[in-house]
Amino acid sequence: MSAPPVPDFAVKTAGLGKTYSNGDSVVHALKSVDFEARCGELLMIVGPSGCGKTTLLSVICGTLHYNAGAVTVFGQDLSKLSQGKLTAFRGKNVGFVFQQFNLIPTWTALENVTVPMLLNGSSRSEAEKAAAALLKEVGIGEKLQALPTQLSGGQQQRVAIARALVHEPRLLICDEPTAALDAASGRRVLELLKERACRPDRCVIVVTHDSRIFSFADRIAEMEDGHIKAVHGPDACQSLYV
Amino acid sequence: MLRLALKMLFGDRAKYAMLVCGLSFCALLMSQQTSVFCGLLLWTTATVRNIRVPIWVADSKVEQVNEVVPMREVEVQRVRSVVGVEWAVPLFWNILQARLPDGTFQGVQLTGLDSASLVGRPAKMREGRIEDLRLPNAVIVDQVALEKFRKRGISLKVGAVFEINDKEARVVGICETERSFLGQPYVFTTYSRALEYAPLQRKLLSFILVQPKAGVPVPELLRRISALSGLRAFSSDQVAWDTLVWYVRNTGIPISFGTVVLLGIVVGIAIAGQTFYLFVHENMRYLAALKAMGASFGVLAQMVVLQAFTVGFIGYGLGVGLAALFGNAVLQKGQPPFYMPWQILAFTGVVIVFICLLSALVGLIKIARTEAAMVFK
Repeated sequence: MSAPPVPDFAVKTAGLGKTYSNGDSVVHALKSVDFEARCGELLMIVGPSGCGKTTLLSVICGTLHYNAGAVTVFGQDLSKLSQGKLTAFRGKNVGFVFQQFNLIPTWTALENVTVPMLLNGSSRSEAEKAAAALLKEVGIGEKLQALPTQLSGGQQQRVAIARALVHEPRLLICDEPTAALDAASGRRVLELLKERACRPDRCVIVVTHDSRIFSFADRIAEMEDGHIKAVHGPDACQSLYV
Repeated sequence: MLRLALKMLFGDRAKYAMLVCGLSFCALLMSQQTSVFCGLLLWTTATVRNIRVPIWVADSKVEQVNEVVPMREVEVQRVRSVVGVEWAVPLFWNILQARLPDGTFQGVQLTGLDSASLVGRPAKMREGRIEDLRLPNAVIVDQVALEKFRKRGISLKVGAVFEINDKEARVVGICETERSFLGQPYVFTTYSRALEYAPLQRKLLSFILVQPKAGVPVPELLRRISALSGLRAFSSDQVAWDTLVWYVRNTGIPISFGTVVLLGIVVGIAIAGQTFYLFVHENMRYLAALKAMGASFGVLAQMVVLQAFTVGFIGYGLGVGLAALFGNAVLQKGQPPFYMPWQILAFTGVVIVFICLLSALVGLIKIARTEAAMVFK
């Protein structure tokens, strides 16, 4: 049997709109966003604060409801999923790397990494085996039993990356993954993402302000005032680096 | 995930300790105070258990065992004439003042037993023989009398003498009784001598103690005695129960203890609910991250409920354990009263479960209202 065909687009949005009510006023966070992320690429979303980057990311990964348009992730129309199925879809197909890592402080590095597998129904021993192997791969195999507070910022982000990848998700969502890191640690995190996450059947979307890491992107989508202003190809990515 | 939920709880030591302390305090206050309350109520019926007869007959106005409305002695004969009565004997019971050798006075519960049968005799003698009650001026005192007299520097022994109503009372024995609500020691003597000690009154009979003939149902005999004599007849269970109810209705004891128990519940809810809310609130970012990573509301609910019930279980165990230790200590001393039946443990458990459910509910509402997207903010 042949492997299932890889869809051209990992994420596709059409006329995507999201509004927030704030008392009497209405804020249009996303204004008819047409956006595509391809399989096998690392796409960065950049733009000034408040332009709608995080809202777009939240909608794409199914953690925020939208008001207009459509979102398709690996061929699945998110609007057709109930809340429970959306949660299950997210658990199986999406990995997260957060700005503040969000590692649970009372759990060891190993336990933090096992979470996505446990949520997907794996046994504890199975999850711990996979988590330990991945933590070794990302270079902190000797820190399996360390608590997050015993790790440096760079090490914590490596644990977070391991947690995002352990259940083999097809879409990796990274929200400002280098914001809390120094330049060298930030570069190492992006190298790790490029090395471990960028596969032909996967897609990595990174929201960032950090121009030092633009060179790692395959494409960069620039956002402004709730819409995509421009999408830059691989060649232009280098020139955007300041 | 449940194992990790417990690790999350135990890892936050300050809140974990606060939750356990709050719930322990609540469980301790509830179980200890209700046990003292039950013990106190049990003391009100001590005379019923000390006398140990199946049927009590009293004046029709009498509502409980610690209340005396004297009757004429002829009533004993009338009760004896009721079909189904095996025997009926008089009992004198009243509180009189005893004058001690040092000139001070002590209230005593003077109990006059039928001199022929000595029905109502104390169940256990420490010293002396019950039959010696038939000797001149003889009385038998209980262990409470020893304590009370000892506090005044008087060593009460067999052979000691004190006065009741200016008449000599010579101690011929020391018995053990159940301590009573009124707090005064029991002094046993014969019925006829009790009448000599008692101040002169036209009527002096306190109760008539009755034994039904074999095969005669007690309820039927109670009905017959009441119908024929116009007196009030109780079974021993009924008089005990009526006494409990009387004290609940006519004293401030339930309100006093109820207020403390209520305060315990309120404090428990306030401490546990608020601390648990803070615990969930401070972990909200992580719970939202779990939500984003695919944790369903059901999984998060299980985690929160497990955390709430774990502190509840530990708090309950500690609180009830401390109350039991208190009870063990005071029971050895004899007072304050303490009686902890399983119903108190069940009641405390139900209240703790309620507090845990309420605390978990507060956390769950917060989780349900939080969008997973907050993790990006």
